[in-house]
Amino acid sequence: MGFLLTLVLLVVTLAVAWRFLGSYMASVFEGRVRWLWWVERPIYRLLGTSPDKEQSWKRYAGALVVFSGMSILLTYLVLRLQGHLPLNPQHLGDVGSALSFNTAVSFVTNTNWQNYGGETTLSYFSQITLTVQQFVTPAVGIVAAIVVVRGFARRKASAVGNFWVDLTRCLVYVLLPVAFVAGIVFVGQGAVQTLAGTASFHDALNGVTQTIARGPIAFMESIKQLGTNGGGFLNANSATPFENPTGLTNFLSIFLVLCIPVSLTYTFGQMVGSRRHGVALLAVMAILFGSVLAVTATAEHQNNPAVAAAGVPSSVGNTEGKEVRFGDTSSALFGVASTSTSTGSADAAYDSFTPMGGFGLLVGMMLGEVSPGGTGSGLYTLLLYAVIAVFIGGLMIGRTPEFLGKKIQATEVKLAGLGALVMPVTVLVVTALAVSTSAGRAGALNHGPHGFSEILYALTSQGNNNGSAFGGLTGNTPFYNVIGALDMLLGRFAIMIPAIALGGSLASKDVVPQSLGTFRTDNTMFVGLTTGVVVIIGGLTFFPALALGPIVEQLSHGRFF
Amino acid sequence: MWTHLRRSLAMVVICTLVFGFLYAFVGTGVAQLLFPHEANGSIGPNGSTLVGQNWTGRDWFHGRPDDTGPYAANPTTHVSGGDNPLVANGVRGESGATNLGPRSKTLVADTKALVAYWHRLGVAHPTPDLVTTSASGYDPDISPADALVQVPMVARATGISPRRLKTLIARQTHGPEWGFLGSSYIDVLSLNEALARLRGLSS
Repeated sequence: MGFLLTLVLLVVTLAVAWRFLGSYMASVFEGRVRWLWWVERPIYRLLGTSPDKEQSWKRYAGALVVFSGMSILLTYLVLRLQGHLPLNPQHLGDVGSALSFNTAVSFVTNTNWQNYGGETTLSYFSQITLTVQQFVTPAVGIVAAIVVVRGFARRKASAVGNFWVDLTRCLVYVLLPVAFVAGIVFVGQGAVQTLAGTASFHDALNGVTQTIARGPIAFMESIKQLGTNGGGFLNANSATPFENPTGLTNFLSIFLVLCIPVSLTYTFGQMVGSRRHGVALLAVMAILFGSVLAVTATAEHQNNPAVAAAGVPSSVGNTEGKEVRFGDTSSALFGVASTSTSTGSADAAYDSFTPMGGFGLLVGMMLGEVSPGGTGSGLYTLLLYAVIAVFIGGLMIGRTPEFLGKKIQATEVKLAGLGALVMPVTVLVVTALAVSTSAGRAGALNHGPHGFSEILYALTSQGNNNGSAFGGLTGNTPFYNVIGALDMLLGRFAIMIPAIALGGSLASKDVVPQSLGTFRTDNTMFVGLTTGVVVIIGGLTFFPALALGPIVEQLSHGRFF
Repeated sequence: MWTHLRRSLAMVVICTLVFGFLYAFVGTGVAQLLFPHEANGSIGPNGSTLVGQNWTGRDWFHGRPDDTGPYAANPTTHVSGGDNPLVANGVRGESGATNLGPRSKTLVADTKALVAYWHRLGVAHPTPDLVTTSASGYDPDISPADALVQVPMVARATGISPRRLKTLIARQTHGPEWGFLGSSYIDVLSLNEALARLRGLSS
């Protein structure tokens, strides 16, 4: 009953965000929001640019790639030099080169995969530097999606916008205000926000002396969730009470990760002049999200097979690796929201989810992070799938396919195909590489099919820029640090750049008038077709791998490894 | 290219100053002003109500098994310590879970060892929370059912009647936030502080 009410509240709050945050973001990117012009304008002056200087898609993508490269370089340097920098009350040393590279790539690709425990590895200076990327990378994802949206909205245009202006507006008008307000709520509920270092105390009742890690956690927490980043201050992420103290902050976290990806479908509808098209994309996201949630929540409400085998019955679901204040179904909802949005934060140990619970989390990522996906990346990836769906639909009825009046021709289909295939190919190739080398196999904690799932999960998570983990895998080895970084780079830029190119190509086209023979792209048929394309591409490519991991684990009744 | 590089460098520096340091410092200032107790870790005289502690002996309510407590790797009790046996001088390193999979032989063995641990304390039917470890590794809370199964143990050891202990548990139970977000829970430290007052010990 409580879970049902939680779902109702989530749907209602997301509906409000969809309508109002969605139209607000459209106004921001159309330059109609000005209330922070006094922050905006000095930034343009320092960069030597202005809103009326628009760029071609190539210059736009070039600026984005160079900016991301610069971010990786400077983040890497901060981690390498940590021991010599201020704000380091625990006197932690420099971070090693392989781990620094993996971590810098991880935060700049919006993945937030963490091969380290934050409280014992990173100084406050380093954590704050990573928080910068937690603001910047969701903004980069959103502006890339806006380029694709403008591709549909503009006619015979050679320019797609100004990267620096879009980036600044997204940061200043969307991410900063929401993250700041949410940060205050996190602190009010008990999340820690201090620069005073660790705290020690002695409990006279039981004689226990404890030293606990603290830090500027609460305000990192809010942008970690809002920007679908996922990388927390502490090793156990949102499971620790200092990051996620109550059932209310747990709900707020779930809302924050979903609100921008969901609302962007409204932004899309408004900017292309057809809200129905936005609703159609939202429907695809909701169908996929609901299906995965049903599987994982049902599975986690069962007892853990190992606990049952030890003779302990459970009426409160799988409690291994879960916090009492959240319970089984809320933890499942958090897990699905986090893995379906490229967030990767965790309020429970995903490694200890039941086989089918873990299966749901893997599927949420393997569908390409489109349900609803990361901030911006969810929308542009889904639009790539929608172009493929339009193409297939056009072939079936024997007409030149069109989407919102734009002809879908060879260039568009090639770009969409490339964007849709990069992720499965990368993930399967690096997984095959990991399981066929001793360096790869050495990392797994669990034996049997679950050990394989740990490796598959890690590389799927990085290839989709999710960042969550089946935590048993020892990832801080040169092998996993390097292979994971390549996986993350391809999963980010080999999809984002084709998407921006698609936007550029579409923007240059004129609109074809609708006729009776036009294939409709805003009705139930189209929703079904697009959902089918997502499921078939994700499902068929990953089914054999899933069969070797969670599926065989589920079917191994009575066997333990 | 040079324009891109120059603007990238400028933008990374601006973002580091505004979204890194200014954001963290202003956030810390606001947090310390509005919620000083929470922002510093909810620390009372005996520790933080948000960090679980290891309670031993039958005269206290116990929290969930933990890397610093009964779940510490120990060959004599056949406990593996899971993925995170990082305990030095009783001080844990990182937060974290066991990360043992649902069909792990080690998890079966650990759960059996924890059942035996409760049997030694005189708790015949420990609840699932009490024989499994949490995700953070220091869950500060237990459910009301987890507290109720410990009542006979605590009653025998302290001489306080089970009825009074049950009233104490009821008073210490927090419902889900807003009545439905999350689950009912009891903070073990607060529960034991209340128990100490009942026993006439100074907390």
